[in-house]
Amino acid sequence: MTDARPEAEVITPSQTVGPFFAYCLTPQDYGGDPLCDGMIADEGAPGTRIRIEGAVYDGNGDPVPDAMVEAWQADAEGRFAGRDAAPSNARFRGIGRCESRQDGSFRFETVKPGSVPGPDGTPQAPHINLNVFAKGLLRHLFTRIYFADEPANAADPILGLVDPDLRYTLIARPAPDAPGLYRFDIRLQGKDETVFFEA
Amino acid sequence: MTDYPTESLAAHPPYLFPDYVATRLRAPSRPLVIIPQTLTEIAGPVFGQAHVRPGDSDLTRQHAGTPLGERIMVRGRVLDENSRPVPDTLIEIWQANAAGRYVHVVDRHDAPLDPNFTGAGRAVTDSDGWYEFVTIRPGCYPVPGLNNVWRPAHIHMSLFGPSFLTRLVTQMYFPGDPLFPYDPIFMSVPDERARMRMVSSLDMAMTRSEWALCYRFDIVLRGREASLFEEPHHD
Ligand SMILES: [Fe+3]
Repeated sequence: MTDARPEAEVITPSQTVGPFFAYCLTPQDYGGDPLCDGMIADEGAPGTRIRIEGAVYDGNGDPVPDAMVEAWQADAEGRFAGRDAAPSNARFRGIGRCESRQDGSFRFETVKPGSVPGPDGTPQAPHINLNVFAKGLLRHLFTRIYFADEPANAADPILGLVDPDLRYTLIARPAPDAPGLYRFDIRLQGKDETVFFEA
Repeated sequence: MTDYPTESLAAHPPYLFPDYVATRLRAPSRPLVIIPQTLTEIAGPVFGQAHVRPGDSDLTRQHAGTPLGERIMVRGRVLDENSRPVPDTLIEIWQANAAGRYVHVVDRHDAPLDPNFTGAGRAVTDSDGWYEFVTIRPGCYPVPGLNNVWRPAHIHMSLFGPSFLTRLVTQMYFPGDPLFPYDPIFMSVPDERARMRMVSSLDMAMTRSEWALCYRFDIVLRGREASLFEEPHHD
């Protein structure tokens, strides 16, 4: 049953999140109760605690002050929240959402994700899926964060699909003087443009 | 391994659509890298009833007074591309008020704010995929910095669906809006059938006499390949 696909309905197309989403989707500054925020794993969630800081830049290299970044990852043991979550990771949310500030910056607090099976059961290196939304993005952009200090990157089946000269755009780098802090910038266009995926 | 067929992605607009000026510096210049669907993409956050409080779906009752403008109901189903309902999924909406003004601090449009209207709401689909909002029909508004570009009336909608791959942010429009052909965001969707997916329809059967018109808006998300998991029925 490969190409015998029954007539499928056309899906609802994506439209830009526009510049005015914050009071609904990231309403902290408006006194609202956010669905989720930069805290992907609460304090006490098992695993190695890390922070990820970065910024979103446009094709001129200017910060994008009205973007929203959503993160989705496995817990330290490679399990996803809500899917096969065990009581041990009740403090693990798995989902994070940040609006960018005036300087384009965003920030997540979480635990280092564990390994998740990839195609044909080959293990994937620890990674965090990101969706980027912004005015001017008619459809959100999907990318991944990998970690510079993970030897497993060399055999990762997804990184293996990326031009070796561009893989650096997917690697978060440890900050020299701050344990647990990684830097990961998102460049939408131009020099050092981030690799974006489709699945 | 492809759980979710990728053909349906053709409905989406391109990243670069020069008529929509903001895409010019934000659209990636390289093609997307196609990757297999792994567990990370097949899994997804679960947001349901626990994330909605009573009243979140009625945007006309979030303040002491009644907002100005035309009260409407927006009602529909969330379905997948195989016409199966998507139950227990969260929808977040935001919109301008009746005068075409958002409460967002960056919105400088010279139209009044309404102290009785914020314009943000949440609802969760029921077991058959149905959702309902009560709100005010939003006004159209000009795009700042551009010469006489106006957005047709619309309600922004954000949905998760069952997986990372079903994530969707879209806009709901109103039938027969004369601004459609002038709106680069609406027109960015190349296929007309897909474009019309974003246009609600007047639903007289659900309209409540002497109270509010109802607009029907079904949302179709990517769906898993039917043959992969559907078991024969034994009842
Ligand atoms: Fe809008």
